[in-house]
Amino acid sequence: MAEDSPGATARIIRWIDYRLPFVQFLNHELNEYPTPRNLSYWWNFGSLAGIMLVVMIISGIILATQYTPSADLAFDSVERIMRDVNYGWLIRYMHMNGASMFFAILYIHLFRGLYYGSYKPPRELLWIIGIIILLLAIATAFMGYVLPWGQMSYWAATVITNLFSAIPLIGSGIVTFLWGGFTVGDPTLHRFYALHYLLPFVILAVVLLHLVALHRHGSNNPLGIDHKGPQDTIPFHPYYTIKDLFGLTVFLLIYGLFVFYAPNFLGEPDNYIPANPMQTPNHIVPEWYLLPYYAILRSITFPILFISSKLAGVILAFSSIVVLFFLPWLDTSPIRSSRFRPIYKWVFWLLVIDVVALGWVGANPPAGIVVTVGQIATLYYFVHMLILLPLIGKIERPLPLPSSIGAAVMGGGARLSAAEAPLAKP
Amino acid sequence: MADLAQQNIAEAHGGETRRDFLYLTAGAIGAVGIAATIWPFVDTLNPARDTLALSSTEVDLAPVQVGQRLTVAWRGKPVFIAHRTPEEIKAAEDVDISQLRDPQKDSDRVQKPEWLIIVGVCTHLGCIPLGQKTGDDRGPYGGWFCPCHGSIYDTSGRIRQGPAPLNLWLPGDADQASKALYKFTSDTAITIG
Repeated sequence: MAEDSPGATARIIRWIDYRLPFVQFLNHELNEYPTPRNLSYWWNFGSLAGIMLVVMIISGIILATQYTPSADLAFDSVERIMRDVNYGWLIRYMHMNGASMFFAILYIHLFRGLYYGSYKPPRELLWIIGIIILLLAIATAFMGYVLPWGQMSYWAATVITNLFSAIPLIGSGIVTFLWGGFTVGDPTLHRFYALHYLLPFVILAVVLLHLVALHRHGSNNPLGIDHKGPQDTIPFHPYYTIKDLFGLTVFLLIYGLFVFYAPNFLGEPDNYIPANPMQTPNHIVPEWYLLPYYAILRSITFPILFISSKLAGVILAFSSIVVLFFLPWLDTSPIRSSRFRPIYKWVFWLLVIDVVALGWVGANPPAGIVVTVGQIATLYYFVHMLILLPLIGKIERPLPLPSSIGAAVMGGGARLSAAEAPLAKP
Repeated sequence: MADLAQQNIAEAHGGETRRDFLYLTAGAIGAVGIAATIWPFVDTLNPARDTLALSSTEVDLAPVQVGQRLTVAWRGKPVFIAHRTPEEIKAAEDVDISQLRDPQKDSDRVQKPEWLIIVGVCTHLGCIPLGQKTGDDRGPYGGWFCPCHGSIYDTSGRIRQGPAPLNLWLPGDADQASKALYKFTSDTAITIG
């Protein structure tokens, strides 16, 4: 009798699923979801980014309940959160360092995609949606950085909004529009606060699109070859839920180290000085995750053709991200994984070094060798994207690809029969 | 049937019907209506009336010695007032302006040669250049030096090196006013705005 009639819970689920296939959807996408069996730890960073987004939204909402978005009161309200609000220091340090962690994860995730060719067909839109998330995250982080209304907040807001003044004719009008006044001020702070609250939910929506696009063809994998059948995949749960959970634990240790032991290590001490519109700090630097773009912006010290150096710097800094949208078509190699690309495998690391060099340039005052390194690194970045990527794809002779993920993982044809048996759910 | 009738009408009028006209006018009116609805929302972001209300700042120049520089706030922005030395005036006037990125004669930038009055906001990305205090880095031309991205201005506030595209504004320049928005109310006092 017991085996004939399902339990009460099962019946409720069945009733709901018949009308709204929610449980069915979760089961399909998170439980049975066939995932390549050979994913390495580099594949942890997608889910980590998702978890960090949730941490940022929750800690942000808590902070918003205590924060005052007014030029006169913002700085003091943040200090009140730090000193008087119960656990305010914890929530704020989580939010502040969480932004750094989120970007670290995004960048590792992005470079993972670059190395293993995750942007290649049929995942072009998945990649493009990811770059949109990066752009939204940059905008959100920038506006969030303004909210404490310290010196760096104020001058970061001034410098970044002034980028738009580079646009010919309508530039200065746009900047006044962004400010709601003649300088960064109270109206600017109010609107940045409103947008900083809004954008994370926009990111959440775009992340859902990212997941829909991901689940259409499934994850790429370190071999970069398509999975051809059940012998190549394992169910997401429990194999990758447990792997993601282990990665999360390691990540939380690092995150906790910053939050509890070095909460201001990644920040600028100048931001604990209240904003002063009459004095620029001697050395303005953005947060570390924006340094490479800042370096590109500053590297253009000469006009390019009829374009002023200022406008050219702005265009190139923006292009350094925009060019990523075209990556699926700039890279002419049909091979996804760099493991089988003897030339690109090394050139990839040149890009990593290049971006780190740009970060170093962005962190240092623009004089002497810093300017030269910045100009060379900027040039290389675009040469890499626009010349090397298309060229290497044409001249490179890729190594032979394995016949299937299962065959490669289980050690070649001899043990293929064993590999063919799909890993069952325990 | 109706389609056929429409077709006949269309043929009779060279491919056009009264319905095409209705689509176009309705669409155009709709677009105007939507734009008119969106505009108030966008315009709220522009400077409000209290922000726009121009304030003027009066400055007493009497205590400013030759060679001294003074910063005053005007519309939330710093205005640099420099009591220039004869050497500084000569350096500013002797420049071959065809060599400048934003060519402008020194005489077009001052009302009295000894008083240079400019908006102290770097035309690159809006930082405030150094050079107002004694001991500040004034750059190789003895004017101002912007620490953010290394723009260098001369003793007339004109851009000489670095990424900034334009000379430091005269008060009012940002609003495309043709003349600087300040006047001498006496020999030793000015009103800005």
